[in-house]
Amino acid sequence: MANEPPVIDSPESKKIIAPGYTFGTITDQIASVVLTKKTPYVVMGTFAVAMGLLLIFLLAVGLLFTKGLGVWGLRGPTMWAWDITNFVWWVGIGHAGTLISAILLLLNQQWRNSINRFAEAMTIFAVACAGMFPILHLGRPWLMYWLFPYPNTMGIEPNFRSPLVWDVFAVSTYATVSLLFWYVGLMPDLATLRDRSEHRALKVTYGFLAMGWRGSAKHWAVYETASLLLAGLATPLVLSVHTVVSLDFTVGIVPGWHSTFFPPYFVAGAIYSGFAMVLALAIPLRSIYGLKGLITEKHLDNAAKVMMATGLIVGYSYIMEAFSAWYSGNVYEQAAMWNRMTGPYKYHYWVLIACNVIAPNALWFKKVRSNTVVLFIWSLIVLVGMWLERFVIIVASLAQDNLPSSWRVFESTRWDWATYLGTIGLFLVLFMLFIRLLPMISIFEVRTLLPQAKIKEDSRG
Amino acid sequence: MIQPIYGVMAEFDNPSALVNAARAAREKGYRKLDAYSPFPIEELSDALHLHKNKLPLLVLIGGIVGGTLGYALQYFVTVMYYPINIGGRPLHSWPAYIIITFEMTILFAALTAVFGMLGLCGLPMPYHPTFNVPRFALASRNRFFLCIESTDPLFDRDKTCEFLETLEPREVSEVAH
Repeated sequence: MANEPPVIDSPESKKIIAPGYTFGTITDQIASVVLTKKTPYVVMGTFAVAMGLLLIFLLAVGLLFTKGLGVWGLRGPTMWAWDITNFVWWVGIGHAGTLISAILLLLNQQWRNSINRFAEAMTIFAVACAGMFPILHLGRPWLMYWLFPYPNTMGIEPNFRSPLVWDVFAVSTYATVSLLFWYVGLMPDLATLRDRSEHRALKVTYGFLAMGWRGSAKHWAVYETASLLLAGLATPLVLSVHTVVSLDFTVGIVPGWHSTFFPPYFVAGAIYSGFAMVLALAIPLRSIYGLKGLITEKHLDNAAKVMMATGLIVGYSYIMEAFSAWYSGNVYEQAAMWNRMTGPYKYHYWVLIACNVIAPNALWFKKVRSNTVVLFIWSLIVLVGMWLERFVIIVASLAQDNLPSSWRVFESTRWDWATYLGTIGLFLVLFMLFIRLLPMISIFEVRTLLPQAKIKEDSRG
Repeated sequence: MIQPIYGVMAEFDNPSALVNAARAAREKGYRKLDAYSPFPIEELSDALHLHKNKLPLLVLIGGIVGGTLGYALQYFVTVMYYPINIGGRPLHSWPAYIIITFEMTILFAALTAVFGMLGLCGLPMPYHPTFNVPRFALASRNRFFLCIESTDPLFDRDKTCEFLETLEPREVSEVAH
């Protein structure tokens, strides 16, 4: 076993990062984005737009607090609509970050090393955006601590048999573990920034955050154990989170929701949309900051392949969803499915089929995968498709449920749009601050990919 | 006895030299030594015999505690503190407890992994004598350091320096307290 990995690794590592890098140049290139380089105008412009969207979000939330949930298009029977769609969409996007940082670490996929940092940051910010929606949807968001069990004078506790309470535990655990994992990964790089920065205030700040990390072999040994353990813990966690999200629906008896294959279907969809977001972020980042030697074509190619593979699973799930509705013999299930395809939401449905089932098949071709512009557009198509998927599952099922007399077609309001676009602003603002203030590529993990990092065993002394 | 210096430190410019130096120092009989590198080196842990640590055990305990607490919390609330009879269904509805039990297991295990790691490393530690060596800032960039500490029984200010010089380092320096 001991001599197996090098045989696999040596040809691989040449492609993962461009040749000619040294420990020093890698450090300088990644750290310079934070420490010395001027912020490019494109980034400033995007940040201005993101900030504008964030202000719209604050406006929308302010209005929601003063007027109540009616400012969103929520009318019976559709009491969950964009809010929960956005929640599922954002949580799903987060999943790719954990997949890259944890599952690919356990699988010893070294290409993850240069994209895991910003993918994890993406996870945390996406979960933060996701968390907004259920909290805002509470009606009285300032009482959100009621979701957690705590000793209280009311003498009541959350209902632990409800998937909505499971969700509280799953998402808050996910957010906490992702944040910890991300921070632990950052520590050695924060030490690098501490040692590289010249400004006293920066030195103190990064030094404080690095907690006195000094790269001791004793520390590295424990650190590596901790990373592996965290990866091992995060792997089942990430699969559980979207499973629990899907249980919010499947445990309900609404036709179109009550189905056993939602957990794997949702997890695949989550990774699908998450990789789309990874690509949508990585492609502009690497060209703006000149990181094409570290985030190479190989990374984009691999991410595109994962995206296609999960896209095909999602496509299969759509087929199975329609098949099992028909095969169930249940008239309500059949009607719900038929309404999705031909009812008031038929455009949403067929656009999502085009985005999620037909579009990813273009990724079979290497030409498409190696063209970054096309790949960027494709990732946006997937993100739109996955948003529509959640919208159709949630809204189309609720708007036309068991009782035709209560049917009503959902109509979104401008505040639905404002809140949704606002969280995109929040995400981008957080993400761009991250890029400016912290190393977006894990410096120490990329160092391990260099051929120089291999220990030569000949001169034993 | 308080030593006048913390130790002596040799600087190398590649990981192989550091691993070889660490092995040589171990063979020479030095035990109080530490190596510093900008990334984890598997062979270095071997050379310094660092493979065993208590973290996995701590994480296991953390996970078991978390899972037990999670289950006990739900049992207490649904069976004892706030029982609700819904159509005569059993109060101890364990299948519904699985998810929160699982999440709490992961949460406690992960918290133990992170804080256990910090604890075992003795971090946060804002001051450490090695930071007194000006070139040590490169330990987080592209240089590799081996430090033999003055608490080692074999330590001798001049002899240890001479020994480190034989390992062909770029530089040998004393580490002040």
